[in-house]
Amino acid sequence: MHTDFSILLPEFLLAGLALAVLVVDMVLPQALLRRRSDVAAIIATVGMALVLAVTLLTARENTGFLYEQLLFTDRFALLFKVLFLGTGIAVSWMSQEYVGAKMRHPGEFHALVVLAVLGAGLMASAGELLTAYISIELLSFALYVLVGLGRGDRRSAEAVTKYVLLGAVSSAVMLFGISLLYGATGQTAFRYLEGLLDQVWAPVPIVGFALLVAGLGFKLSAVPFHLWTPDVYEGAPTPVTALISVLSKSATVALVIRFLAEGAMGYQEHWQVALVVLAVLTMTVGTLTAMAQTNVKRLLAYSSITQVGFVLVGLAALSEGSANAIALHLAGYAFTNLAAFTVVSMVEVRAGRESIAGYAGLASASPFSAMVLTAALFSLAGLPIFAGFITKFALFTAAAQEGLLWLVAVAVLASLVSLYYYLRIVRAMYVDKAEAGSPLAGRLALSPVSAALAWALLAGTIAVGVYPGPLAGWIDAATNALGPFLGT
Amino acid sequence: MSYFERHVLESLIYLPMLTALVLVFLPAKGRALIRTVGIASGALALVGSLYAFLAYDEAVGGFQLVRVYPWFAGLGIDFRLGVDGIAALMVLLTGIVTFAGAVVAANRDEDPKAYYVLLNLLVAGVYGTFVSTDLFFFFFFYELAIVPMYLLIAIWGSSSVFPTFSRTKEYAALKLVLMIVAASVLVWIGIIAIYVQADAGTFDIAVLAQAAADGRLDAGFQRWVFPLVMVGFGLLAGMWPFHTWSPDGHVSAPTSVSMLHAGVLMKLGAFGIIRVGMQLLPQGMDDWSLVLFIIGTINVVYGAVSALAQTDLKYVIGYSSVSHMGYVLMGLGTLDSVGFTGASLQMFSHGVMTALFFTLVGAIYERSHTRDSLVLNGLASRMGWASGLFILAGLASLGLPGLSGFVAEVLVFIGAFRTEPVLGAIGIAGAAITAVYILRLVGRVFFGTPDKQWDNLRDLNLREGIAAATLVVPVVAVGIFPAPFLDVLRPGVAAVLAGIGG
Repeated sequence: MHTDFSILLPEFLLAGLALAVLVVDMVLPQALLRRRSDVAAIIATVGMALVLAVTLLTARENTGFLYEQLLFTDRFALLFKVLFLGTGIAVSWMSQEYVGAKMRHPGEFHALVVLAVLGAGLMASAGELLTAYISIELLSFALYVLVGLGRGDRRSAEAVTKYVLLGAVSSAVMLFGISLLYGATGQTAFRYLEGLLDQVWAPVPIVGFALLVAGLGFKLSAVPFHLWTPDVYEGAPTPVTALISVLSKSATVALVIRFLAEGAMGYQEHWQVALVVLAVLTMTVGTLTAMAQTNVKRLLAYSSITQVGFVLVGLAALSEGSANAIALHLAGYAFTNLAAFTVVSMVEVRAGRESIAGYAGLASASPFSAMVLTAALFSLAGLPIFAGFITKFALFTAAAQEGLLWLVAVAVLASLVSLYYYLRIVRAMYVDKAEAGSPLAGRLALSPVSAALAWALLAGTIAVGVYPGPLAGWIDAATNALGPFLGT
Repeated sequence: MSYFERHVLESLIYLPMLTALVLVFLPAKGRALIRTVGIASGALALVGSLYAFLAYDEAVGGFQLVRVYPWFAGLGIDFRLGVDGIAALMVLLTGIVTFAGAVVAANRDEDPKAYYVLLNLLVAGVYGTFVSTDLFFFFFFYELAIVPMYLLIAIWGSSSVFPTFSRTKEYAALKLVLMIVAASVLVWIGIIAIYVQADAGTFDIAVLAQAAADGRLDAGFQRWVFPLVMVGFGLLAGMWPFHTWSPDGHVSAPTSVSMLHAGVLMKLGAFGIIRVGMQLLPQGMDDWSLVLFIIGTINVVYGAVSALAQTDLKYVIGYSSVSHMGYVLMGLGTLDSVGFTGASLQMFSHGVMTALFFTLVGAIYERSHTRDSLVLNGLASRMGWASGLFILAGLASLGLPGLSGFVAEVLVFIGAFRTEPVLGAIGIAGAAITAVYILRLVGRVFFGTPDKQWDNLRDLNLREGIAAATLVVPVVAVGIFPAPFLDVLRPGVAAVLAGIGG
């Protein structure tokens, strides 16, 4: 048993960083007050980059579990922590302009982003149910406040009300499920649950498991637990939408992979049915509803639901191969979605446009941002040379190898339909002309800061798409840390 | 292998990709520079293609110029390149049409930068598909070739209003891309099914073909997967009844896109049936060959009859493409070495011929602003070169001896008569209909006394002339001296048919 707290140095540093952002924001000298949001963004971005460096430098070969299996600091956790820190850096970076223009509390904003990253990292590390629950709440509370930070915007208020109320219910449901599992087995650690679940009266773990899935399904926005998603995505400040769509989804998926792999791999035939049903529903409802959307943020909300459906296909067919493919998909999705939101956020701040029709003429107003958004949408649709092609291909191949070829057929069809609605945005940008007098009739450009980020994310999207080998090798080493896949 | 032999195939993929990347960083205002880069890249591609074609040693046969680079170990995907005889000829075709297309594209006024970027991505996809011997990369490049089509047509295309209906470029672009991607969904499922069923842990086409030969892809499996592959790829080859995207797409696409599209992109479909369908699912091909044969025959007749009813030049050429791709499908369906050779040669012949057609139709349309064969007349006395070349392409199209179409179609018919004479006879009837619509069109548009409004039409400019000349050479060369082309095809055809056991 480890009681060596130095292993958690990155986590302590992150918590400290969140406080530091708040404190600096409070005691900022008068001269810098006008650059308040820039200062907070720089501290958060640079701070998270330093934590990322520390995380990588202090990473040790699988240290196993800590504190009676509360937390794992293995390579699987490391992989996701790196992904989350990268996401946090990108979100803080892209919100520099947005927060300055639209918000009054830059310090709080960036501190909460850091806290959300901390919560997400703990979710990927959690080795037992209660730690998992607390980490989820840490992430969720940070997101609740962030969604409501768009002060003076009624949609933001509506979004936060829905998010908090439904989130609280889902947390309660999940907690009830955890209590049933604990009551039946006397254990909360994932590894001890395995082997105990079939020795108790069957309905209790089944109901417990179902409630747990419902709670996590809410965080994932899996259909039918997705109803909050479009309103929250639309109402939340755009960088926060990016954060929810990437960070909160990936963290929940990481948690689910570890839970299923460590605690329930022996019962795959039982839970596979549930996940297959969720996957089919999520993909179908996500794509079909997305077709009817007119607001870009809502469309991206439904598109993220569809992407979750693809991930559920992989989860239902969980094996080492599909765990690898899911992680690869999440990495590619992070680059892609963050690139898309960088442009969406810019268009919202500089042109005040959120509707698909409002994107008319973006290609002539800002060729670069139109190119980035097009690349991101093509990647989401799963077209080569972008990340989405190879990551979906890997995901579907892995699922087919586990005997779910028909489910793959559904997924591929959903992917086809999704191309239709992504093309609607592309068409608006490139084919339709901006009406006279609109902000898109003249020139419009990303700020140099955002442009640098967009270049980096675009390069990442293409790099994963044309040469995924090294990343995939790294991911493979990470999933080897999971119990059932040890050494395979 | 010499340095060039080792790297020529990958260079053919990297060249257009690098061109696209370089163009992204060039200022959009430097139009002359952008056009120069675009044409230079096309010329280099032509040289490289010609080199690859000549480097293929038909006496040795099999896959040559092979390269393997590890890419994604976890799934067993490698970047594998190589050409057999059929692919070598297709590479040459791509080089010719790419160069001609790049030259014609320089005639456009508006925003050449984005246009050339997308055109080069398309070309990279086409080359990649023809030279990949890894199933994953085959599909990767296949999809890459499709993606730019949407933007190329939707942005730079033209909308047309006809007396009874209208076709907007957005509609045609969306229809084309959604139909092709929908078909590629079938291919995608088929590819994953083959990979999982073969259980060889690799996408190497040679290994998967061996798995088919060993019986690991059993007959029942092949029987249900083959139709997915046949329809999936067949749609891009203009297979009836899934051909409707093709004439609409041609009508709305700008000239150089039509050239590449009908010239090489449709060949990807037929090539996919050969590579994936016939090589990896030989038993399935054997079971379904008659269906393919019949559909091909329907294509020939249906396309020809539809072309007969059209007055718009681009619709006529579009439907004639559907008809001519029918010969390819027929030839594949014969499972006969002569018929199959004819099908492969027809892919090449139709590629250069139809690209020539579109070059000339584009030239006429740009000057007269109409493509209506009932309005145009007497152009032979106004645009002599354009008219002469159009008539030449028309004669190749209806199978006049001495031109490429004749050689290819005769081989297909011989193959057809050796297997299903009735279908062969129907196919020949299709060729007769072709003669009717081509000769009628030529008579209306090029002969007679020209109206006053055509007095100021100028003949082909230098760029169009270069493009047309590039395309005419192979049309005539195959027609009078087909031996070198047939020699290259022979080992490829024999290897595929040996796998089927025919």
